[in-house]
Amino acid sequence: MPLRANKTFERKWKMLPMEKKKEMVFITVIGEDKKGIVATVATYLYHQNINIIDINQRIMPDGCFVMSMFVDVCDAAVNMEELSLGLEKIGRELAMSVQVQHENIFRMMHRI
Amino acid sequence: MPFEVEEIYETASMILRQHLDIRTTTLGLNLKDCIDSDFGVFRKNVYDKVCSHAERLIAESARLERKYGIPVVNKRIAVTPVSLIMETHCEPEKFLEMAQTLDAAARDAGVDFIGGFGALVQKGLTRADSMLIDVLPDVLSQTERVCSFLNVGSFVSGMNLDAVNRIGPMLRQTASKSENAVGCAKFVVFVNAPEDNPFMAGAFHGVGEADAALNIGISGPGVVRSVVEQNRDCDLTRLSEVIKRTVFKITRAGELIGRELARSLDIGFGIVDISLASTTARGDSVAGVIEAFGIEKIGAHGSTLALALLMNAVKKGGAMASGNVGGLSGTFIPISEDSGMIDAVCAGALGLDKLEALTAVCSVGLDMFAVPGDTPEETLCAIIADELAIGVINNKTTAVRVIPVPGKKAGDLVQFGGLLGTAPVMHVNGFSSRDFLKRGGRLPASVTSMRN
Repeated sequence: MPLRANKTFERKWKMLPMEKKKEMVFITVIGEDKKGIVATVATYLYHQNINIIDINQRIMPDGCFVMSMFVDVCDAAVNMEELSLGLEKIGRELAMSVQVQHENIFRMMHRI
Repeated sequence: MPFEVEEIYETASMILRQHLDIRTTTLGLNLKDCIDSDFGVFRKNVYDKVCSHAERLIAESARLERKYGIPVVNKRIAVTPVSLIMETHCEPEKFLEMAQTLDAAARDAGVDFIGGFGALVQKGLTRADSMLIDVLPDVLSQTERVCSFLNVGSFVSGMNLDAVNRIGPMLRQTASKSENAVGCAKFVVFVNAPEDNPFMAGAFHGVGEADAALNIGISGPGVVRSVVEQNRDCDLTRLSEVIKRTVFKITRAGELIGRELARSLDIGFGIVDISLASTTARGDSVAGVIEAFGIEKIGAHGSTLALALLMNAVKKGGAMASGNVGGLSGTFIPISEDSGMIDAVCAGALGLDKLEALTAVCSVGLDMFAVPGDTPEETLCAIIADELAIGVINNKTTAVRVIPVPGKKAGDLVQFGGLLGTAPVMHVNGFSSRDFLKRGGRLPASVTSMRN
């Protein structure tokens, strides 16, 4: 008699939701504090179908305002290059510098 | 949030304000498999191989630049030392044609420099090596992107003075054939040349390497200067610690980009070279780091100690960050490419003698400095031989890139433009060592070579 996998188990296995691969990116906005920074960036991200996981902002000891968004771009309507260009444009409108960086660079530089 | 805002701000500031970048991604290519008895086919093979690899290198580098938000400034190719692949086509015209082929491939693919038009002659010269030196003035003046090197010594074989004696006349000829002697800026003479150095002009793909290898040069004098400026009053041990930590971080960024780039090109990852390499941009200066230590101008007494400390801390930080640290890994102190070095020479703080002393504790040697165009050939050879003796005896890489500028005298300024910067012409000791150099032969290796 040939060995067969338990039918119930097979069915259950197939029904398990596949873990979706996340693609995490940091968006950092640096400059002088003003109204509408989070709103402008968040609206843009919403239109590109990008999910914001976390937001943090602070005034640094040197007086610089820094806003950092942790976002998942796995379902994004744009690729990394288009995202960077789009956010650079927003940065120019807000007169702030915007950096878009895959999370791995922070993992490498700040975690051992 | 897996990272603090402070950590994200630190990385962003390094890139946005302190000029942190991947200075170069250099793809080493073996050209031995391109050799053909038909020289036309041989040239075509070389052209095709360089072009196809370079195009992919540029495309993938640009992709990673976007992904990680860190500039990849230069994309370059290093090839097998050309004298080796030309052994069976040993004619001067063919050497020149091969140089033009490499130049065309680099230009068409969009890489700014292609290194490896050189020879390993630490013990003696083959016919092809000798011919390569003969054609160098034409190659360096007629091509735009081809870089050349000679390795004339090593700690196990000593130094080949006969080869060194060929270089002075070759440089004078090159200088007379190119505007402002700029051809000389594309030639570097080494002892103990590393086979995996990603930095031009001395990059080549060593004979012990695989078919292809990707080497990364990461830089960041501005980042180090910033951290030194934040630690004005600490003692040397603490200063060394803060530099180590910073260099650790920037080396990790280089390791990440290097590994990912090598994987996407489907070739082996070679090394990360963690040399602090200045550019002419204000703030991106190694002299600036030394001055932030508390030295008025680089060249003042105390500069050698300061540079030794910097060098040591850079190496230690890098070595902990990557298992693939290689190349030259240390600190470059070129004159023309570093605004602080230029200022120091113009102010009279730094002369050729002190520069030579500084090179005893750092990589790579006397780099990108101009001397009067009427400097005798044997004096050029003697400047080179002195610097290289430091390398042979102390078992380290040293190199010389000297530019004798016709019609210029000590104190003049020469503009090379672009990456090569501006060089103040330096005073050269007028006494002669002609009779000593005329002896020729080989400097025997130091006793430390007898380790077997």
